[in-house]
Order: sequence, then C-alpha cells, then structure tokens
Amino acid sequence: MVALVGNPNTGKSTLFNALTGLRQRVGNYPGVTVARKSGSCDLGNGTKVELVDLPGLYSLAATSPDEQVVTDALSGNISGERQPDAVIMVADATNLLRNLFLASQLAELGLPVALVLNQADIAKEQGLRIDTTLLSERLGGIPVVMASAWKGEGVIDVRRAIALTLERKTLLPRVVWPEKILAALEDIKAAIFRDTGRKITSAEAQRLIFDSNSALAERLQWKPEHRDPVIRQGRETVRQSGYNPLAAEPLVHYARLRKVLEGVVKEGAVRNSRSAAVDRLLLHRFFGPVLFAGIMLGFFASVFWLAKFPMEWIQSGVDWTKTIVAPPLDAYPMLQSLLADGIIAGVGAFLVFLPQILILFLFIGILEDSGYMARAAFIMDRLFSWCGLNGKSFVPLLSGFACAIPSLLSTRTIEDPKARLATAFVVPFMSCSARFPVYALMCAAFIGPHYGPGWQSVVMVGMHCVGLFFAVPTAFVLTRLVLKVKPQPFVLELPRYQMPKPRDVLWRMWQNAAEFISKAGTVIFAITIIVWALSYFPRDAAVAASINAANPTAAEEVVKAKVQAAYVEQSYMGRFGKAVQPVFDPLGFDWKITVGVLASFPAREVIVSTLGVTYSVGEGAKADSRHLLQAMQDAKWSEGPRAGSPIFSLAAVLSLMVFFALCSQCGPTIATLAQETGGWKWAAGSFVYMTTLAWVAATAVYQVVIRIS
Amino acid sequence: MTPLSQLLPGQFGKLASLNPERGVDQRLMALGLLPGMVLKLVRRAPLGDPLAIEFGGQVVSLRLAEAESLIVDVAADCPIQRPRATS
Ligand SMILES: Nc1nc2c(ncn2[C@@H]2O[C@H](COP(=O)(O)OP(=O)(O)O)[C@@H](O)[C@H]2O)c(=O)[nH]1
Ligand SMILES: [Mg+2]
Repeated sequence: MVALVGNPNTGKSTLFNALTGLRQRVGNYPGVTVARKSGSCDLGNGTKVELVDLPGLYSLAATSPDEQVVTDALSGNISGERQPDAVIMVADATNLLRNLFLASQLAELGLPVALVLNQADIAKEQGLRIDTTLLSERLGGIPVVMASAWKGEGVIDVRRAIALTLERKTLLPRVVWPEKILAALEDIKAAIFRDTGRKITSAEAQRLIFDSNSALAERLQWKPEHRDPVIRQGRETVRQSGYNPLAAEPLVHYARLRKVLEGVVKEGAVRNSRSAAVDRLLLHRFFGPVLFAGIMLGFFASVFWLAKFPMEWIQSGVDWTKTIVAPPLDAYPMLQSLLADGIIAGVGAFLVFLPQILILFLFIGILEDSGYMARAAFIMDRLFSWCGLNGKSFVPLLSGFACAIPSLLSTRTIEDPKARLATAFVVPFMSCSARFPVYALMCAAFIGPHYGPGWQSVVMVGMHCVGLFFAVPTAFVLTRLVLKVKPQPFVLELPRYQMPKPRDVLWRMWQNAAEFISKAGTVIFAITIIVWALSYFPRDAAVAASINAANPTAAEEVVKAKVQAAYVEQSYMGRFGKAVQPVFDPLGFDWKITVGVLASFPAREVIVSTLGVTYSVGEGAKADSRHLLQAMQDAKWSEGPRAGSPIFSLAAVLSLMVFFALCSQCGPTIATLAQETGGWKWAAGSFVYMTTLAWVAATAVYQVVIRIS
Repeated sequence: MTPLSQLLPGQFGKLASLNPERGVDQRLMALGLLPGMVLKLVRRAPLGDPLAIEFGGQVVSLRLAEAESLIVDVAADCPIQRPRATS
C-alpha cells in the first residue's frame, strides 16, 4: 500500500484520480468521519499497488480529526490497516519551502518517500526553475519528479517513481537534532515502555514533546501522573538546548530546508500577481460583498430554476410509470399498492431531489476549485464567528435552503471539528425545499383566501426565517456550553484562483451524487416502504364493502377516495395517529394532520399527499389541488370543545407551518447526520431537540393566535 | 513594535515575536511564519475581520483577535519587493 500525503490544495486528489482512473473505493476510517479513498494504481511495469488518498495537512502536529488520521495511518496505528509501504509526498512546486516542512517531518517516520512536485505548469508560467536532480541529491537520493496532475503531464514519471521507491526503499534524511534532544526522545520511549509496555517510534516521541496537547498522549493510555513529569522533563531538555519546545520543530526544520533548497529553485522574472489582482476586486470593501451577494444569489437561484424542470419531468415520469404498472395488477390490490405507492413512490421520492442535489454539488465544486470558496469564508467569517461557527459554515447553511443532505456532506470542508459539528447540527433548521409544498398548501388553503396574496408572501418569507431564528442561538449555546471539543484557530489559506476543470468538477459531482443515492436513497426508500406498509395494513375487506353499500349512487371516483380514506383511518398508521393525537392537540392538529406529520418521515412534503388521502380527495394531491384545498377549508372539528369550528384556522395553519419549519421529520437527514457526526448520539439528539422545539413553538403559536383571533 | 492587527493594508512588517503556546501561532509557524520573517498585511475582510496576510509567497487569513498578539517590527528594513518563500 502506498499513501498520498501533502498540504491541502496541492493536487493530491487530482493526482490520485490520474493514477487510479475510475477504479476507486470510498469508505470511512473506523470511528471517525474522515473519508478513506483508495484505488488501484498501475505502476507501468506490470505490477499494481493500492493507493490511498489521505486528507491534506500542513503539519503532523495533529489537532483535527483529519490530521490525526494521517498521523495514525502513517504510523500504522489504525486497526485493520497496514502501515503504508511507501509515501508519495505531493508538493506544490510554486511554494516548495512550506510544502517540504511536512516532508521533513515525514522523514522521522522512517518510511520510503518519493517527492512529486505538482502544478509544474504554474511553476513554469511563473518562470520558476527547479533543479530536481540537485534536490533529490540533497534529499538522500529519493525520487523527485515534476508533474502536472491537472494536465496529466508527468503522471508516468510518478508511476515510475512509486515503483522505484518500493524497490529501493529510499528514505528521506532526518533532521539532525542536538544530542541532548535525541537523548530526551530515547528517555521518553523508555519511560513509555516501562509504564505501559508499548513501543513507540521516535517520530511519536517527538509528537509528545513538541505538540502542546498531542492526541497521541490520550491514546497511549499512559497515566497522566506518570506521563506529565516525563514530558515536562523532555521539554526542559529541549529548552536547555536553546529552543522553545513548542517552536523547536518549525525552527529546526525550516532552517534545514532553507539550506536544502539553496540553489535548487531559480526564481523567474515573472510573478504571478493575477490572483492578487482578482482579489483586489472580489475582496474589495464595497464591491466584494456586492459581488459575493450576486454570486451566491445566482448560485442559489439557479439551483432552484435549473432543477425545476428535471424535477417536473421526474415527477411526471413517476406518475406515468404508476399508470402503466398499476392497471394490469387490478386483480392483486396489495401488490398493486406496494408497487405504486411503495416502491415507485419510494424511488420517485428521492429521484425528485436528485436534480437539485446534482446542481448543488456542481456549484460547490466550481466554488471550491476556482478558489472562491476560501474567499467566501473570508468575507463571511465575521458574521459567523460570534456564534462559534466560522466563514466556512456559510455555504453549507445556504445549501440547506435547498436540501439538508448535500449540505451535511459539504460540512466536511470545515476543518474545525467544533464548528463542523455545530454547523451540521443547525443545517436541518434551514428551510429546505421539501418544506415549501407544506407552506404553499397552508397558504393556499387559508392565508391566501382570507388575507390576500400580500400576506401570503409575507408568511412564506417569514416561514423561511423561522428556522434561522432558532439556528443562531442553537449554534451559540452548542459551541459555548455543550461541545467540549477544543476549537481550532481559524487560519485559512487563500489559494490561487484557478479555472475549474470540468472533468474534475463533474467527477466529484458524480461521486457525491452516488453517495447520496446509496446512503440517502436507501433510507428514503426503506422509510417509504415502512410507511406504506403501516398505512396499508390491516386491510379488512368489510371496510370497503360497508362504504360501497352506504354510497350506492355516488360516482366511482368519490367512493374510491372514501374507501381509501377509511382504510388509512383504520390502518396501523391511522390508529397510531389517533392514539398520539392528544399529544398534538395543543398544536391544533386533528388525527388526520397527525397522521400526515407521522407519515412525512420519508420527506416532509409527503404530508401533502397524505392529507389528500385522509381528506378523501384521492392520492397524488398537490399543494395547489383544488379538491384538497376545498376539503381542508370545509374540515371541521367533529367533537370536543372545538366541535363545529374549522380545523384549518389561522392558528392551526400557522402552528402547522411553524412545526414543519422546526421539526426533524426527515429520515434521510437524520441518517446523514449520524453518518457525518460519527454516531447516532448527535442524530438522536438533533431529533429530540428539534421535535421538542417544534412542539413548543407550534403550541405557543396556536395558543396565542387562537386567543387573539 | 506593533501588534500585527494594527498594520495598515499594504504595510510590511518583520515578525518580532509570537506565542508558541497558542494554537494559531503553532499553525502559522507550521506554514513558515517564524520570527524574523517579513510579512505584509494584504487587506482586511470587508467587515473588518479577519485579516489576510502574505508571507513566503502565500496568502493566509487569520482573525483580528488572534493577530493581536503577533508582534511585528515595522521600522525594520522591510523590502519593497514582495518576499518569496525561496529567497
Ligand atoms: N494548474 C494546476 N492545477 C492543479 C494541478 N493539480 C491540481 N490542480 C488544481 O488544484 C486544486 C486542488 O486540487 P486537489 O486535487 O483537490 O488538491 P488536494 O486538496 O491536494 O486533494 C484543484 O482546483 C485542481 O484542479 C496541476 O498540476 N496544475
Ligand atoms: Mg483532496
């Protein structure tokens, strides 16, 4: 196995794609939410080797989970993973000094290394000349190759270099530490062996003295009362050698690298100042925010507009499939319903989201590859830092207004684990597009007819802000009081602007979409089938018979809808809805709305078609369906203190909308949250928190409005 | 000697001291910002925070509050030319 290591944005993933082609597997490292990408790489000499694309990092001093995975993977400390046989260090040829700092640290691990100087095209453009032979000589003879992964140039040399490294096992020369420090490292190794019986490498011993709070210290299960004096002693030795222990590593490595690079890099006359010029405009004090708003608005509007048409096609395709598949099965009503309302509806339910999600990933990919994503974070950071998030939370939260699932996947770009978790936790509060049909139905059924289109728009906009209103304090409390993780400093590199490469962007979009289909797709599908079964069974033929008998003259359509409503009413779902209706009574929900809320777990918008069924207007109801609106307006409480008054009053309509704005009725979101936060703890917490909040807020709305109106 | 946070956009300074105990400073050191290094305050974000600084041929953003304890020497013989990683 060979690992690709390097700073962020150097082109590791691009090189990885070039080396492995499409033969890749994406998985997760055990216990952490760091993706593990591996693939098979042809070495060009008839042999193949497994290649792993590790997360980008600047230093082995692990503070974030991503960085910890790299350090662990390279020292062979991940269960079920072998230590790599060799490391391919990918460096940005235009900033060698900083990139080689990581290489210099890697030397301590004692693994064979090959060095790839990527982005050779840019280096050439800037007129930089790099003497790779001299550099290789100074680095102990390791293979050093220039490449431009983006253009596919030099990839053959990289393959050859990997083969050579595996064969010759060339090591990077280590830094020459003062004798005293080396002795101190040995002392630490001996002390750990004495106290815990474990053997560690001197690279790991370095992490213990040089990093202010190394994650390694926790993992060694070395008792603090044994550990602390030993580490203090080690740091004291470093200090006696003339270094601040926390600064020793960069000072020593950088001093060494300056010597290594002397005469290796010849500066060209051309300076790349294009990015600086673009920044002068895009980060301008006035034009910057204006352009930012324009870009984001355009981004967001196009997600909706471009997705609208394919969504309509998919919807009509699904409806059409039902009309084709259903009639031949008239003799088998259970099978017919399973196929039409279970399987086809389930597939349709997630296919409908696919266009939005693809476009969202496409735009996120363009923003990232162009280099604008970091600028967006730079512009927005101020607005997010006070509540414990950071500028990188902006795009996931904005995407949340389309769909929570891709937004949750895009929180991976937030390095700070604390801000990442808090962002993921508040993403479901953003008013996603599946809530829109719910608001639209309520507005069309009540607000529009009673208060006119003006108020209808006000309510629609207002509902989109409700979630935001609760998300901000939630993030604040979460980061201040609940999350105990140490926050990471917000140090962000503003990379060079670059024209995104369509192939890369499309490839990443496809990878993300495939992940959506395999993860969210299965969840949506499974929940749809479960909800179908709960609303279909039991199916006593007597129910249909009695309704048919009671309506001998009514039109067939009407009777059919009534039969369907009656079946749902006595189904497990209907019975459950009636049983828990008292819980929703303070919100003004009758049992039909309650069933709608419960049945909307596959996706919130399902409540619209459920209401269609329970209000006997037939399935397939849409938010603008005249019959459904009429049935809702006519619906009255049949018993209790409110008997005779309409169910869909101003209070109930507002309460229902507020409930949907805040509730967690979305199975796929919960499943994705569990996946992205590395366990069910946060997903369950989110469900309980959001549901409680939704219940309290909707109750408050209902009880207040009913009294004043 | 002034805190980095007080540099004007476009102004150069030589890093005089940082605090290795802090996470931000550890990050910056890993990126190559060591005492004696010349840096330039490129700009402030439109809302005033964070800052973008340039050193060793790279542009890095950091928050105002975190730039407060990085002390730079502006009187030093800072080059007019942009510093580069390899020079
Ligand atoms: N000009 C140029 N750009 C490259 C090259 N390799 C990668 N890139 C671009 O650099 C950016 C970061 O690449 P990526 O592979 O995601 O880097 P990673 O963070 O190291 O995995 C992307 O916009 C790539 O298109 C290259 O050889 N030349
Ligand atoms: Mg990558």
